[in-house]
Amino acid sequence: MIEWEMIAYHYNYYITIFLMVSGLYIVIARGNMIKKLIGLGLFQTSVYLLYLAPGKIIGGTAPIYDKAYQVYSNPLPHVLILTAIVVGVATLAVGLALVVRISEEYGSIDEDEIFEQDEDQ
Amino acid sequence: MITFIQGVLLTLLAAITIAIVRQRNLFGVVILAGIYSFLIASVMMVLDAVDVAMTEASVGAGISTVVLLAALHLTGSREYPPAHAALLPLFVSAVTAGALIWGTAELPKFGVSHAPIHQNTAPKYIEDAAQHKMPPNMVTGVLADYRGYDTLGETTVIFTGGIGVMLIMRGRRRKSKGSDAKSKSRERSA
Repeated sequence: MIEWEMIAYHYNYYITIFLMVSGLYIVIARGNMIKKLIGLGLFQTSVYLLYLAPGKIIGGTAPIYDKAYQVYSNPLPHVLILTAIVVGVATLAVGLALVVRISEEYGSIDEDEIFEQDEDQ
Repeated sequence: MITFIQGVLLTLLAAITIAIVRQRNLFGVVILAGIYSFLIASVMMVLDAVDVAMTEASVGAGISTVVLLAALHLTGSREYPPAHAALLPLFVSAVTAGALIWGTAELPKFGVSHAPIHQNTAPKYIEDAAQHKMPPNMVTGVLADYRGYDTLGETTVIFTGGIGVMLIMRGRRRKSKGSDAKSKSRERSA
């Protein structure tokens, strides 16, 4: 017996887990370094969802105060994730700079080719 | 229960993710990542995280895509097929997914107001906003005031990241003057 109600309630989390695992898979399985960084980005954005989804209250509104509303979503996860997004771009930039340097040094951004060249030396 | 529009957006997000995993052309991957960022910004809108959605749309879909395209310009956009079977990564991912789904079983239902996350600090922020102790936008108030140290740390990380990129790129310029590394890489890409 499948509990459809629970699946509907946790659909957010299932998609979040799917995104997270896809990112993990790309980072492990794909040899191309830019693709790896995009996989890392997928993993990161899935964490955003993991934080934001529990903060939502159905029937609530965005956490901007107004006399007309009583119920607000939790503002704290939003603050944490704002920080995380900006830090994510900083790590992406440093990672890509390293990839560019590796590409100039080895003439390739594919993991296997780089390992081969290292073994040849 | 999630709303219909949220369900549609989340399903689209999963579809785009599958496309990103399968796509072998890096240019295509970067464009798909841009679409992914806009979709996740829409999901954030639906989840009431308006400030986060705005940041994700500008930073995630804007700056990230530009930086990735610039890196592609410098490295070339072809992705090579993997040389080995991808069974082990698939297994690791499946086990991780299983463990995480098992972990969600006990989580509170989505969107209920009596979940533990809404009981402790959040009511205080809302009350303070009501008493005009902070700006009406609570996210702004918490970011700049209550958790200002977090924001200071964030700025430090950005600064460190900027210095890191500059140092890596400076090494590149010096190297290309002295050695034949750059001409070698040009030969290979040609």
